[in-house]
Amino acid sequence: MSLLLDLWTIVAVTAGVFFFLAGTVGLLRFPDTLTRLHALTKADNLGLGLVVLGLLPRVGSPLAGLKLICVWLLVLLAGATASQLIARAVRRSGPPV
Amino acid sequence: MNMALLFDGSLIVLILAVAVWTMAVRNSFAAVIGYATYGLLLALAWVRLAAVDAALTEAAIGGGLTSVLLIRAVVRLRSSESAARAETPGRVSRLLAAVLAGSVTAALALVVLTLPEPAPTLAPQVAANIASTSLGNAVTGVLLSFRAIDTLLEAVVLVFALIAVWTLTPDPLWGGRPGPRYELDENGMLAYLARLLPPLGIVVAVYVLWVGADLPGGKFQAGTLLAAMWLLAIMAGLVEAPPISQRWLRGALVLGTVVFLAIGFAGVPLAGAFLAYPEGHAKPLIIAIEAASMLSIALTLGLLVLGPPERGA
Repeated sequence: MSLLLDLWTIVAVTAGVFFFLAGTVGLLRFPDTLTRLHALTKADNLGLGLVVLGLLPRVGSPLAGLKLICVWLLVLLAGATASQLIARAVRRSGPPV
Repeated sequence: MNMALLFDGSLIVLILAVAVWTMAVRNSFAAVIGYATYGLLLALAWVRLAAVDAALTEAAIGGGLTSVLLIRAVVRLRSSESAARAETPGRVSRLLAAVLAGSVTAALALVVLTLPEPAPTLAPQVAANIASTSLGNAVTGVLLSFRAIDTLLEAVVLVFALIAVWTLTPDPLWGGRPGPRYELDENGMLAYLARLLPPLGIVVAVYVLWVGADLPGGKFQAGTLLAAMWLLAIMAGLVEAPPISQRWLRGALVLGTVVFLAIGFAGVPLAGAFLAYPEGHAKPLIIAIEAASMLSIALTLGLLVLGPPERGA
């Protein structure tokens, strides 16, 4: 059982780190603001989500697990809002110089 | 062990790199973003040093609130930025500035490196006497009991900073509302966030204040959270910034200091010294001071970000 949980942590956190890496490469390499935002949301949503899911079997108490999930949900909310606001600013006034 | 060393080493290199980049970059806005990143990385460094109280404060005030202040300053200065850049100081004054900053850094490094081993510390005395305050968090014990006078003066300094910002008000607008008028976009993303987040933020702020007695947390971190929620509601256009002439506002700004002073002076007859707490009542009194200070700090920080009045009441 514990081996299975360890395996789960390794697989999920590795996948999460992969999404962070992919998101960062996208942020640095994509040509304009909207595509860069698209890359960034992958790191926030999937990357952090997978890292949190991977760490869940490691927490000492259900409360700590709940806090981890809350952190993920709050980052989702903040990330989605910030992306929307940046995208709206770009659409209204053109790409920043 | 080696993994920890690798992590700490990368963190130090990253902090130094971001610091250098923040100074070297030509664009003020980019420099502010660099400064925010620097603050968040520094918060990570505090966590690694097991100073979670300092990490929370650094993340909330150093990384968060100060960066918002600086972003507003950059936006305000944008129109005059090219003019300011045109008058670059001469080679000699730049060299002098570099030598001065370099020698201060070198002196600080020298002092830290020549500290006796183990470094002088009051931690054992704090640990021996913390029971008298019935607090579980030694940092809160130091801030509000052993060195309460420092904390009192810190709160006063914050109000002075706000007064300094308000002195920039043009005469006809004195007593008016700070900041621009934010239009409410009823279906906008910001209005949605400003309705969804504050209930959560307020609960977290009260939790951070309450838990500060026994675990990392306290009035500064909680006050910053409250200020952020208030600013979010203002910037989304859901509420208006209050005119600075309001009596309740002035009263609330000094509430924390007044409660602190009242309890401090009450200590003279009741416990024998200014800012001493009567035996057995230390914890409730400290929590009362923290709660009142949290409200004052939240209002002060919010108004600092909003700036001087820009329109009539």
